[in-house]
Amino acid sequence: MKTFTYERPQSVQDAAAALANRKGAKVIAGGTNLLDLMKIEIETPSHLVDVNGLGLDKIEATPEGSLHVGALVTNTALASDMRVRRDYAVLSRAIVAGASGQLRNKATTGGNLLQRTRCPYFYDTNMPCNKRNPGSGCAALAGYSRQLAVIGTSDQCIATYPGDMAVAMRVLDATVETVNPAGTKRSIPIADFHRLPGTTPHIETALASDELITGVTLPPPVGGTHIYRKVRDRASYAFALVSVAAIFQKDGSGRVAFGGVAHKPWRVEAAELAMQQGAASVATRVFEGATPTHDNAFKIPLATRTLAGAMAEPRP
Amino acid sequence: MSTVTLNVNGRLQTLNLDNRTTLLDALREHLHLTGTKKGCDHGQCGACTVIVDGQRINACLSLAVMHQGAKVTTIEGLGTPERLHPMQAAFVKHDGFQCGYCTSGQICSAIAVLEEIKVGVPSHASGDIAVQPLLSADELRERMSGNICRCGAYSNIVDAITEVASVATGRSA
Repeated sequence: MKTFTYERPQSVQDAAAALANRKGAKVIAGGTNLLDLMKIEIETPSHLVDVNGLGLDKIEATPEGSLHVGALVTNTALASDMRVRRDYAVLSRAIVAGASGQLRNKATTGGNLLQRTRCPYFYDTNMPCNKRNPGSGCAALAGYSRQLAVIGTSDQCIATYPGDMAVAMRVLDATVETVNPAGTKRSIPIADFHRLPGTTPHIETALASDELITGVTLPPPVGGTHIYRKVRDRASYAFALVSVAAIFQKDGSGRVAFGGVAHKPWRVEAAELAMQQGAASVATRVFEGATPTHDNAFKIPLATRTLAGAMAEPRP
Repeated sequence: MSTVTLNVNGRLQTLNLDNRTTLLDALREHLHLTGTKKGCDHGQCGACTVIVDGQRINACLSLAVMHQGAKVTTIEGLGTPERLHPMQAAFVKHDGFQCGYCTSGQICSAIAVLEEIKVGVPSHASGDIAVQPLLSADELRERMSGNICRCGAYSNIVDAITEVASVATGRSA
């Protein structure tokens, strides 16, 4: 691990200022992903800004009926909150489908949104990777790509966004709240927060380098039956090959987002109009224009069947 | 370098550490509490599991300097060879280990798991996510999935945890 200086700012404003003023500064919250990457020197911050203890760890109802989740709320705290379990069950289910109990106790809401890909070529520093070393090439394109993206890819990157939490947030139409050192706040729709790789796979989110995530807002509850289905190589503690976050209403309408298939949680709202025609109709529209590799073409029928399974679940 | 004071197993310990020192290395290399093990050092195996402020975490994926004032419980703080913690005794009784390398992490994790179930933390194995989780073998297996045992003592580990949970709730094992 490269050496770094460490700072505990006294306020959110100070934290944003520290990010802006110190070249190579990075925020640390739970640290479960960042420290892992620092150990193998994929992340090499020269300064760490610890944002624990700044009061960003609260879940609060807003007057508009939304639920505001502070950026430092842990995965465990968010999944366990009774309001989330009752009104946003897809989010609780997605969170407990990810990682392990130990990691969820440390991992935070803001940090989880910024979780980096698990592409094996991103992790292997002997290999070219446009995400890790822009312009070096993508070893995954001609490599082992079973786990990697099938849609929204580019000729520079076929990595996936690995998380579960954000897939549920996408189906809930959450917004990511940020602040910069000037105190300017932004509300970024989760649909726009994660980017497709394009020609700049190293730029993964809409977050500016001096911008801090303060929280996530979940809009007023939409009711319905909430389902999160995750398919992976072992029953627990593995990343998704495919996951489905869905909310089904009694009238047959619904929303669905897919994880494990793209550089961001993948949702095509127009495809949801076909919900009453069955999973195949929806999936055909969701995966229109997909560019799977030989290794991961199985993900499209798998996603279709996973959605069919979700649709077949009993709806109380 | 930074100075950090931790409460480890009930004793205040002030350490002057390189910022890069993980909580795991602080415990093992600086406080010589070598019961907590380093397996993968990347949060994948759970051998380094300790209980910090009541919650189990991977000590390898946490910086010591970020734990100023924290209350840390390691395997050394749970019991002694003469007076085993009930979870330690149950692991011995049920043969919940073979080589023993993952055992400290398994036991710290298991104690925290029972507390998590008690306070209603849901899991992937929970049928209805809105109600109090059950104390079933499926729940225990899912909740313990962050602790790998290469010897494969899993079924005996579940038996050990089940016994401790049954005693705590007054049910027969």
